[in-house]
Amino acid sequence: MSTMATDCDRVDTAAIPPGGARERASEPATRPPTGGPRAFTRRHWRSLVGAAVVAAWLVLWALLRGTQTLELGGAEKTDVHVWFNGLRDGFDAARANSAFFEYVVQPITNGLNGTVAFLQHLASQPSVGRPVPEVGWLGVVVLLAWLTFTFAGVRLMLLVAACVLLFGFFGYWQQSIDTLIVTFVAVLVCVLLGLPLGILTARNARVAAVVTPVLDLMQTLPSFAYLAPLALVFGIGPAAAIVTTVIYSLPPLVRITEHGIRNVSPVTLEAVASMGGTAWQTLAKVELPMARRTIVVGVNQCTMAALSMATIATLINGPGLGGPVLQALQSLDVGSAFVSGLAIVLMAIMLDRTTTAASERSGIEARVQRGTGPAGLRGARGRRAAVVIGAVLTAVAVYLSRTYLALAKFPPSPDLGTPLAKAVSAATAWAVGTLSGFTGWLKDAVTAVLVNPLESLLAQSPWWVMALVLLGVALALGRWRTALVTLACEAVILGTGLWNESMKTLATTLVATLLVVVAAVAVGVLMGRSRLVDSIVRPVLDAFQTIPPFVYLVPALALFGPTRFTAIAAALAYGVPIATKLVADGIRGVSPVAVEASESMGTTTWQMVSKVQLPMARAAVVLAANQGLLYVLAMVVVGGLVGGGGLGYLVVSGFSQGQLFGKGLAAGIAITALGIMLDRIAQHAAARFGSA
Amino acid sequence: MNRTAKTKALGALALTAVLGLTACGGDISSASPASGSAANCGTFNLAVNPWVGYEADAYVVGTLAKEKLGCTVNYKTLKEEVAWQGFGSGEVDAVIENWGHPDLTEKYITQQKTAVDAGLTGNTGVIGWFVPPWMAKQYPDITDSKNLNKYADLFKTSESGGQGQLLDGDPSFVTNDEALVKNLGLNFKVVYAGSEPALIQAFRQAEQNHTPLIGYFYDPQWFMAEVPLVKVNLPAYTDGCDADAAKVACDYPKYDLNKIASTKFANSGSPAYQLVKKFSWTNQDQNTVAGYIARDGMTPEAAAKKWIDANPDKAAAWLK
Repeated sequence: MSTMATDCDRVDTAAIPPGGARERASEPATRPPTGGPRAFTRRHWRSLVGAAVVAAWLVLWALLRGTQTLELGGAEKTDVHVWFNGLRDGFDAARANSAFFEYVVQPITNGLNGTVAFLQHLASQPSVGRPVPEVGWLGVVVLLAWLTFTFAGVRLMLLVAACVLLFGFFGYWQQSIDTLIVTFVAVLVCVLLGLPLGILTARNARVAAVVTPVLDLMQTLPSFAYLAPLALVFGIGPAAAIVTTVIYSLPPLVRITEHGIRNVSPVTLEAVASMGGTAWQTLAKVELPMARRTIVVGVNQCTMAALSMATIATLINGPGLGGPVLQALQSLDVGSAFVSGLAIVLMAIMLDRTTTAASERSGIEARVQRGTGPAGLRGARGRRAAVVIGAVLTAVAVYLSRTYLALAKFPPSPDLGTPLAKAVSAATAWAVGTLSGFTGWLKDAVTAVLVNPLESLLAQSPWWVMALVLLGVALALGRWRTALVTLACEAVILGTGLWNESMKTLATTLVATLLVVVAAVAVGVLMGRSRLVDSIVRPVLDAFQTIPPFVYLVPALALFGPTRFTAIAAALAYGVPIATKLVADGIRGVSPVAVEASESMGTTTWQMVSKVQLPMARAAVVLAANQGLLYVLAMVVVGGLVGGGGLGYLVVSGFSQGQLFGKGLAAGIAITALGIMLDRIAQHAAARFGSA
Repeated sequence: MNRTAKTKALGALALTAVLGLTACGGDISSASPASGSAANCGTFNLAVNPWVGYEADAYVVGTLAKEKLGCTVNYKTLKEEVAWQGFGSGEVDAVIENWGHPDLTEKYITQQKTAVDAGLTGNTGVIGWFVPPWMAKQYPDITDSKNLNKYADLFKTSESGGQGQLLDGDPSFVTNDEALVKNLGLNFKVVYAGSEPALIQAFRQAEQNHTPLIGYFYDPQWFMAEVPLVKVNLPAYTDGCDADAAKVACDYPKYDLNKIASTKFANSGSPAYQLVKKFSWTNQDQNTVAGYIARDGMTPEAAAKKWIDANPDKAAAWLK
């Protein structure tokens, strides 16, 4: 940190040259003016604690390496794991004759399955007594286009129509519409549950105290860990798939809604209260309308999260695009996996842009109605007429697609999917052939220099040494409350009986996060300094954020083999985009005055980046590191599929093998504990060092 | 005013177009859904476990059930564990290729009685340690586990920490490999690849680039047709030699793969159950169909149809 602080001082002096320079000149290198060792200790106790912890750790590691590591063999189980298994079996036995299952779970299951089946017969799968759905492809395309036009405008209508047609041309018409249906129903459930919950948490601190940790758990517990029991409760099929999706995508909606309601100006609320508005009136007439933009952002994030579950839900026979992705993975068909993954990416882009535009338009419309908008009445009337014409066209298209087979069943040609898949397979094969020498070297180097030493240090230290070290880090970087959370998380990890595996996972997570930050700073600075680079790189980042990781597992395996580094590479593919975007935004946000001032002093590009822009965007870099860390952690399970080992592999095997269910669930819980611990430490560190 | 008139005109135009088109042929009401001769089959919920060999079995049986028995076949993509869970609730009627799973057998067949054994598939499952063919050729004595320590250095990787790497893979399979390595005194470390694709990709590249690799694999598996891996012989399996998982020092037993059906389905009198029961074919049959799917990129339906058309007598025997 000390170098960073001096850099920062230098920036300050650059910005305000005369006074600052004189002050600095008169006050040479030794900064603390009221000298003496005690003051030094008081000022730097954190660094001292940190240094002492590291020194003691290294000594103890050297002395006690490999002892008391709490290692557990692959097939071994602890009492906790066996207990989890028993819990599951009890569940299984109770489900046949329990009132709760009969009167609560069963109606929910039937309701969800019924809704999905109804929509499927309407739009994607053969209806009763018909070889095709009630509404054929033409009807669906025109209907979706008309809806988009009505709520989001002409340009997005074209986007949606193009995307939906591409789904068909890729050869995944039915699966795409199924995914659309499942996502729609899941988001609907999220809105029904999430809006009231968000409002409640915003208004009631006690509710918030209960809800927030539950949301943390929902977001960080890997869905692999609870997929099998969910299928036990909600049956095999759409209902369980939707519940899984809701568990993962509800938290962002609740959190953003809460944030939106909280941020309604207190002045406005006071004004309403003074006018005698009831609580209900305040909510319906003031808070909700004023928070609407934020709430739509919440729905948008919820939709994206729901879409990211499309592949996982397939593992319990959820309908949709996940099917072809997994099918292609089984036969290592990179091309087909890519095409079906691309359909998911297109759907994400389509839904993201549409919901965003719809929220903006509804804002404009509200203004137009109040007569303050720029468009005036003529535009509105013209649009209304277009909407009516659209409705008629839609009705016609629906009718036609109900009547003619050619308009009901998506035509097999033009087939864009097969040639695209072939091209991607060929390109991948070429890239693997060309690069594998270099990638093998890279893998070995990173493993030898970073992964192995760190893993040895973390996983080969006795457990109590590691526990103390983590506590010391929490104290040095955070506050005493951070240390308390760390202690609690350590207790949970010990309780799961998977301490050693958790430390191995921690090691790969830290290495991956380090690499994420390095890559994010390198690319983010380029993007932040050049609009051109930004416009080229950003779509690539968007694609990597939404494409299911299962798509690039096979190429990653081909390049790096089944190793921990492959798991790190997969984590990079997922974590780098968000971190890079944050860094780029931070660099762009640096005050142009400071940049101009240093430019006028003739700084080189390198000096500009390293001495001005990066230090001033420090908050963004720290935030990027924090987010990067969480995204990396979200990929631990996927990493387990490609040789990452550790907790991720245990979660996967727990899902695959009945006897290991308890161990897998325990591993999931350990990942959650690890995530919460790292997040809290990083947050407090960010608050401290980011705002300096 | 002008606008409404235009709207009406457009509407009228569209309507005329519709009426005009209705006069042409090719509408859906004339294309009736495929009707089977034996209407008593109803729905047949067939679990599809996620590996290609299983898909081959499932789609051959499913295609016959659909086309010859008139069943409505629902393929449900599920992991083994979840598929067995579905027997009790009626969501799954049959699992068409089962690899042992004594724990599931105990729980669902013996205790809950929601499932029954529906006979063998005719396939023999072999589990064990395999090396790519180039290694077996270059080091002929490597196929005996006694000689493995001699080659341990060859198998070192970035993951194995100075020892030889034994690549374990699919988390769906029970392995004794950690115990085996210990009890056979091998200087190897078990490394978990984590999934079947990871394992296949590793073997594929090992053969392509002639890099050393030893790992856990199994047959029947479509990949065996692409790269015929060579089995490493561990001390022969004898009855009960694997009873204590911690002390095991012998090879894996051969699995006679079988079919499992839900009790409800078995007692329903559905012709599809008779088909499931009679279905039996060879490893080669399965690898043929699996090869169509994985190597030639055919859809499972098309692959099944191709095999059925080429083997009418075998299919007919199951339908008798």
